[in-house]
Amino acid sequence: MLEFIIGKYNFWIYIILMMIGFYAMISKNNLIKKIIGMNIFQTAIILFYVSIAYKRGGATLPILTDADAHAHGEHIINMAQYINPLPHVLMLTAIVVMVATLGVALAIAIMLYRKYHTLEEDEIIKALK
Amino acid sequence: MIIEQAPVLIVIIPLMAALVTPLLGWIRKDICYPWVILALLVSVMSAATVLNTVIHEGVIHYHMGGWLPPWGIEYVIDHLNAMMLVLVSGTAFLVAIYSKRSIEQELPEQTVYFYTLFLLQVTGFLGIVITGDVFNLYVFLEIASLAGYALIAIGEEGAPLASFRYIILGTVGACFYLLGVGYLYIVTGSLNMADLSGILPELYGSKVVLVAFAFFMVGLALKMALFPLHVWLPDAYTKAPSVASALIAPLMTKVAIYVLLRLMFTIFRPYLSFELLPMAKILLIAGIVAIFAGAIMALAQVDFKRMLCYIIVAEVGYMVGGIGLANSVAIKGVVLHVMNDVVMTLGLFTVAGIISYKMRSHTLMDFKGLFKKMPLTMAAFVVVALSIIGVPPTCGFFSKWYLIQGSVLAGNWIFIVALLFSSLVNIVLFFRIIEIGYYSFDSPESHGHDHDGDSVISEAPVSMLVPTLLVAVIILLIGLYNQSIIANIIQYAVPKL
Repeated sequence: MLEFIIGKYNFWIYIILMMIGFYAMISKNNLIKKIIGMNIFQTAIILFYVSIAYKRGGATLPILTDADAHAHGEHIINMAQYINPLPHVLMLTAIVVMVATLGVALAIAIMLYRKYHTLEEDEIIKALK
Repeated sequence: MIIEQAPVLIVIIPLMAALVTPLLGWIRKDICYPWVILALLVSVMSAATVLNTVIHEGVIHYHMGGWLPPWGIEYVIDHLNAMMLVLVSGTAFLVAIYSKRSIEQELPEQTVYFYTLFLLQVTGFLGIVITGDVFNLYVFLEIASLAGYALIAIGEEGAPLASFRYIILGTVGACFYLLGVGYLYIVTGSLNMADLSGILPELYGSKVVLVAFAFFMVGLALKMALFPLHVWLPDAYTKAPSVASALIAPLMTKVAIYVLLRLMFTIFRPYLSFELLPMAKILLIAGIVAIFAGAIMALAQVDFKRMLCYIIVAEVGYMVGGIGLANSVAIKGVVLHVMNDVVMTLGLFTVAGIISYKMRSHTLMDFKGLFKKMPLTMAAFVVVALSIIGVPPTCGFFSKWYLIQGSVLAGNWIFIVALLFSSLVNIVLFFRIIEIGYYSFDSPESHGHDHDGDSVISEAPVSMLVPTLLVAVIILLIGLYNQSIIANIIQYAVPKL
């Protein structure tokens, strides 16, 4: 059991982070806190993707120059030593999307603050009625 | 040469045009309107070319930048998404023509930025529909959603809050989709839809695949506003500017239904959804509940646009429930209904836009005496209303007919009851409006004093009226030619069950 938790700790952290973010998005009344929750939620997904790319046993992302390639020709084809780079690349795109979402959300929060002079959701709803 | 590149032009042209729009607007503001129409015209023509090619020559594979499928991003266009491409670009084109006067009135300062977002939104929808790569689909889903949040936020009083809530729920939906992609990537190492569909059948026992499937379903249910997850929709679409709601309301939910069809029948095989997992039952129950809930809540509304939003919730129930029936007749009905619903919802929201352009509000009481004032708009409205109810020559009847036939085949009577109940409710909803339009006038005294005042025709501006009438004509045409549409397009889009 302990092995199960410690051995896959990065996945546990991803789940815990995601739930913290989810909780903040659902239950917080302040819009900025909701946005922070949203950001934590999205960051948890980045952790998840980076975790699935990782390989045990000292795999890295080696930078190969031409000299290296000639000197250790056999290393290039040894896949166990390479972390899968594709999930990282996907996350670069996802980070851009997340930043854009954050920007739109903050812009709308500013819009709401200018109109109602508050960032508490219940006060805005009261002002709307 | 150009014909070969048509698939990519459909998406690239609106994207590039969106980037150029602010620059053009900087020079001259009024260029933006013809520019947007031009861009979307190219997009519609490419989509029509692609549909034609697909009908005559079969599925098109377009490899982005010459990279071959499992590694590069691939656009795959079969009958289902060729149809969706024409629908999406056609809707966007009509709404673009329609937009001019309404935008000038509602957002005189922000025309340029509105059109930029408008084109980005269309790019997002087209990209979701055309792509053959699951991660690419996520990116386009977010482009469409982000443009949508911004478009909704610039609407009337209360729109920013509605948009904020949509952001929170929409982000959860998109993130769940992204997690689904991640779990699939763990077990398959692929992001290409065709590749996934080849690798996955051997892994259907794996828990990881099931988790991915569950994440996909919940994420999409949020995006398509399936009943208990619909809470963001009514506020957002009611308060958005009328042009924005005429663009987003017909397309967002239907594009999500398209993704659902793709997931259940292309990426995963029907064998997983219907035989290994009880998806049929879950979708059917969700659909039936959505139909009843949407119809009942629509009855309680006094705001016209809000009523339409709940009708959309019920219509999503039709399509999801229809997939849940799990036979090819019902799914034929679902695909036909996706097409019809895009056109019908477009018709309803263009009429709503005209009402709010003329009356500056959109409650049911604004329809007072409108049959005399705007005979053409109201004629179009009656055609659309009859189609939503499901009266024979209009297209709404035929998709309902297939859905009912499908549920008879599946032996499911509750779904038929739900369909008939919702049709009856629609009769009440729309005849109430028609009654207000015919028999109520502003007040009896003014009727006596100022006899001309009521009967003076003051139609909507031509640029708004023509697209609305065109939608009514398209509804009748789809109804009349539904057999050839099914024979040439839809029957190839339906999986063999």
